[in-house]
Amino acid sequence: MKSVFVTVGTTSFEELIATARSPPALQALQSRGYQKLVLQVGRGSLPQPSRCSALAVEAFRFKDSLAEDLQSADLVISHAGAGSCLETLEKGKPLIVVINDKLMDNHQLELAKQLHRDGCVLYCDCSTLVETLQSMDLSALKPFPPGQPEKFASFLDKVLGLQ
Amino acid sequence: MHIHIHMHIHAPAGIPASHGSPGSCCPCPAGPSGSGCPCPAGPERAGCHSRGAHGGIPQLRDAGGGAAGSPSRRITAPRARRAPVTPGATTAPRARGGLNRAGRRMGVAPLPLPRKVAPARMEELPVVVLLLLLLSLLLVPLVLLLRRRRGRRTPPFSLLVVAGSGGHTTEILRLLSCLSESYSPRHYVLADSDKMSEAKIRSFEQKRAETFSESQFSLERIPRSREVRQSWSSSVVTTLYSMLYSLPLTYKLKPDLILCNGPGTCVPVCLSAFLLGLLQIKRTIIVYVESICRVETLSLSGKILYYFSDYFIVQWPDLKKKYPKSVYLGRIV
Repeated sequence: MKSVFVTVGTTSFEELIATARSPPALQALQSRGYQKLVLQVGRGSLPQPSRCSALAVEAFRFKDSLAEDLQSADLVISHAGAGSCLETLEKGKPLIVVINDKLMDNHQLELAKQLHRDGCVLYCDCSTLVETLQSMDLSALKPFPPGQPEKFASFLDKVLGLQ
Repeated sequence: MHIHIHMHIHAPAGIPASHGSPGSCCPCPAGPSGSGCPCPAGPERAGCHSRGAHGGIPQLRDAGGGAAGSPSRRITAPRARRAPVTPGATTAPRARGGLNRAGRRMGVAPLPLPRKVAPARMEELPVVVLLLLLLSLLLVPLVLLLRRRRGRRTPPFSLLVVAGSGGHTTEILRLLSCLSESYSPRHYVLADSDKMSEAKIRSFEQKRAETFSESQFSLERIPRSREVRQSWSSSVVTTLYSMLYSLPLTYKLKPDLILCNGPGTCVPVCLSAFLLGLLQIKRTIIVYVESICRVETLSLSGKILYYFSDYFIVQWPDLKKKYPKSVYLGRIV
C-alpha cells in the first residue's frame, strides 16, 4: 500500500496538518495512487483516525524514533527541520519540504532552498502544497550524499593533539 | 531651580497698579513710588519683562482679578539659577531676573565662558595609576590564557555536550558518532523542558557501550534559556537565569571540551566556561558547530558564540566566506 508520511517534528505545525488532510490534498494524493496517510502532529491537535475519499488516515504525536514510519513511506512531507530532512534523505525517500512561515526569522528556509538547489527535494509552503502534490515529478529528485562525521572526529583529534 | 515669587497685588489710588502696593514686597530698587526706576520700560512697565523687580503683574488692574486672573500668583523664573552677588544690588535681594543698575539681568548666571584652565594633573594622578593597575590585572590572565591554549593535554578528555532538543540533538549525536574512546566521560546538558533528547541520548550511548566498554556518560538538566518563538528581551532574562545553574555545573564538571550546536541552551553553558577560563579556574576548549540548517546566515547562538568559541565550525561554504574565522569541513552530519 503506497503511503504518505507527514511529519512536523518536535514542535507543532497546525497549518501543514490541516492542509494535508484537506479534500484537495487527499484528492491529489489519491490520483497519484497513494492509499494511506500517516500524520505525525507533534504538539498540535490530534485528528481522529478516519477514512475519507478512499485514503486511510492515521495520526500520532510522537514516537521515540520515526525510522520505521519513514522506512515504510513512499513519500514524505516534512517541516524543514534538519533531523526530519536528513533522516528522510538518508533513507532515500522522496521528500517535499514545507516551510512554516510563522517561525521566527524562518531560518529553515535556507536549508530547504539549498536542498532544492541541489535537486534533492521539492519545497513549498502550505498554500502551494496541493499544487506541488498535483505537479510533482519525484523521479527527478537526486540522491543526497550523506554527511561525514569522521571529518569532525579527525578535526577534534588534531585540535587536542591526538593525531 | 525654580524660584517662586508670591505676589499680592493691591492697587491703592494714586499709585500705578503695575508698581505694586505701597510698602509691600516690592523688590524694585526704585521703591513703590517708582522714582528712579531703572527699568527701560519705565514705571508703567509697558513691555517690561522683568516682573520680579517690579513687584507686580503687568496685566493686573485690581485685586479682584482682571486679565491675569488670580490676585496672588506664582511667578516662576524660567532660568532661575543662583543669583550672583552683584555689588550694589543689596537693596533687591530677591530681584530674580530683574535688572541691576548696570542694566544686567540678575539672578541668572552669566553664560559659561570657555575656560582656558589647565587640568589639575596632580589630583588626577592616583586615579590614573589605579586604572593602569586594574587594566594590567585584567591583561595578565588574558596573556596567561593565550599561553595556556598551546598547553599539552592528555587523554581522556572529558566532554560537555549541550543537547539542544529536536534536530539539534540528532545532529550533535551524529557529530559524536565517530569520536574515539579518548573522549570520555561525556556529560550531556539538557534543557529541563526537553522531553525527547534523553531517549535519543540513552539509545546512542547504549549502542556505544557495545563497542567501548569503558564508556561513561551523565545527563544534567538546566532551565531552558529560551523557548521557541520567545521574544528577544525576555530571552536575556531567562538566559541569565540559566547561568545561575550552568555556572556551578560547569565549575563542578570542569570539562576539557564543550561541544554545542545551538540553540539557546548552549549560550549560558559556554559563557560559564568562558568565565571560568578568564578566572583561571579551568581552561575549556569551546567548539561550536553551526547546524546544517544554517546555509547563509548564522543562528543567534552562533552569532554570539562566534566570539566566545575556540573553534566555530560551519557546514556550508557561504558561511565560511562571511565568517572567515570559522572552520569549514564540508557537511559533517
